[in-house]
Amino acid sequence: MPNTSVYEKSLAELSRSLKAGEVSSVELTQSYLDRINTFDNDLNAFITVCPDLALEQAKAADERIVAGQATPLTGIPLAHKDIFCTEGIKTSCGSKMLDNFIAPYESTVTANFKAAGTVNLGKLNMDEFAMGGSNENSFYGPVKNPWNRDMIPGGSSGGSATAVAARLAAAATGTDTGGSIRQPASMCGITGLKPTYGRVSRWGMIAFASSLDQAGPMARSAEDAAMMLNIMAGFDPKDSTCMDRAVPDYTATLNEPLKGLRIGLPKEYFAEGLDSRVEQVVRDAIAEYKKLGATVKEISLPQTHHCVAAYYVIAPAEASANLSRFDGVRFGHRCEDPTDLEDLYKRSRGEGFGSEVKNRIMVGAYALSAGYYDAYYAKAQKLRRMIRDDFLKAFEDVDVIMGPTAPTPAFPIGSKADDPVAMYLGDIFTISTNLAGLPGMSVPAGMVDGLPVGLQIIAPHFEEARLLNVGHQFQLVTDWHQQKPEAI
Amino acid sequence: MAIDRSTVESVAHLARLSISEDEVRQTTEQITAIMGLIDEMQAVDTNGIDPLAHPLDAVQRLRADEVTESNQREKLQNNAPATEDGLFLVPKVIE
Repeated sequence: MPNTSVYEKSLAELSRSLKAGEVSSVELTQSYLDRINTFDNDLNAFITVCPDLALEQAKAADERIVAGQATPLTGIPLAHKDIFCTEGIKTSCGSKMLDNFIAPYESTVTANFKAAGTVNLGKLNMDEFAMGGSNENSFYGPVKNPWNRDMIPGGSSGGSATAVAARLAAAATGTDTGGSIRQPASMCGITGLKPTYGRVSRWGMIAFASSLDQAGPMARSAEDAAMMLNIMAGFDPKDSTCMDRAVPDYTATLNEPLKGLRIGLPKEYFAEGLDSRVEQVVRDAIAEYKKLGATVKEISLPQTHHCVAAYYVIAPAEASANLSRFDGVRFGHRCEDPTDLEDLYKRSRGEGFGSEVKNRIMVGAYALSAGYYDAYYAKAQKLRRMIRDDFLKAFEDVDVIMGPTAPTPAFPIGSKADDPVAMYLGDIFTISTNLAGLPGMSVPAGMVDGLPVGLQIIAPHFEEARLLNVGHQFQLVTDWHQQKPEAI
Repeated sequence: MAIDRSTVESVAHLARLSISEDEVRQTTEQITAIMGLIDEMQAVDTNGIDPLAHPLDAVQRLRADEVTESNQREKLQNNAPATEDGLFLVPKVIE
């Protein structure tokens, strides 16, 4: 059996060990399944564990490795956010509505991983329909932060972040509509990347807000994330918004030197609401970049303050349309003994959705309703243009933008549960990149009170390789990404 | 924008959501707070700005009008709450 240190290996090291025959995928998979058994009753990162399937895939991967047909990730045990349809496996999206839903087809993202020969350990917990920043909105209960189990892991990809941080999977997938990869990555001390809108196929990924949703890797380092993104990125004719554009090898440029890199610091990201200890972590990280030869200048993203308002119109409006498909007729929860069709719709949806999802559907329906469209939806879409144009202007003078990922470290489970506005304001630094369609990444940059804090890096459209290069160079000179929670 | 109980009830109807008596009060409070946050954007002058539908200004791709999907009725209906003879069952709509 593999010794403990195998869980500390990078994906590149695991790949080499598997190919050298030092460990088999079956051994590795079994040991991760054992860890899930040991730790996950308490952490609650998984909604569904797939031991039989995982071991079967591991056996096939070992044969493929022996046959010399392995890809770099063949045989590596991963886990997927429960928002990706996985054929024959329950796909719940964290909702009672889909508690009985066995996906009849495979999402493009998970199909790409299958084709690469990775092992699927199971499906990861999340805020219901990806709506939330704390993973408290899951029908399957909150996920705990492995650094401090009284704390939230962030959300909505909280199960993914906890699973990677607690070494319950070698890496994971997540999705990000307003920060749902980057914010939990920050709070759990891992590396998470939201690609450019259209870089990764959304086909088979249960839709929340279709003009903002994007899937990306959640991993322990930028190098691992690059290996994951190599599998995830690419054109897919089944997603009409997926971009037909060449995919670079994201590992090829990790070692480019950063001398001369121009970093922009938006003054609005270092303003009121930012925890001063988080600010210090970010400032220290910037100082590291200066040592690596980067130059730093202050920039302005004037509409930052209004991003939250625009987002909380656009995302709920799109959600109210997307979630209309859950009607109790073709799949999903159906109420008992409906008296007529309207009763069937209303009670199936009323019982199947949790309160945050219902709030957002109603806000969206209100913003789109007769007489309010111009005041809300059209207004928010105009602001969206101003927000995007602020970024395009900023990128005329800088190569990347840096700042905090989240204004605070992880907070206690339950502390904001009844206050949606306080929760929404925590998204202030992440949602603007979704509105602008830009790629963003969070890398571990320090600790506050024993809890990890992430540095956010934002790049121009389709410059994921630059983000990964900038993240990797930081990780060569710091060890925040190698810290691990105690008792894990 | 003040959101009252009757607004919540009418929007819940539009969205086909049953809201229980217990939920109405909290829902009204929370939606009022959310709309308060959203209304901050009314302070921004957006005259002359076009709405942005796609961050990269992309348009929908067209594809050839060819059949690409096979019939998977049985497989897809495995997830249905009630079916009969390949049809989805719902309560009677027309008397």
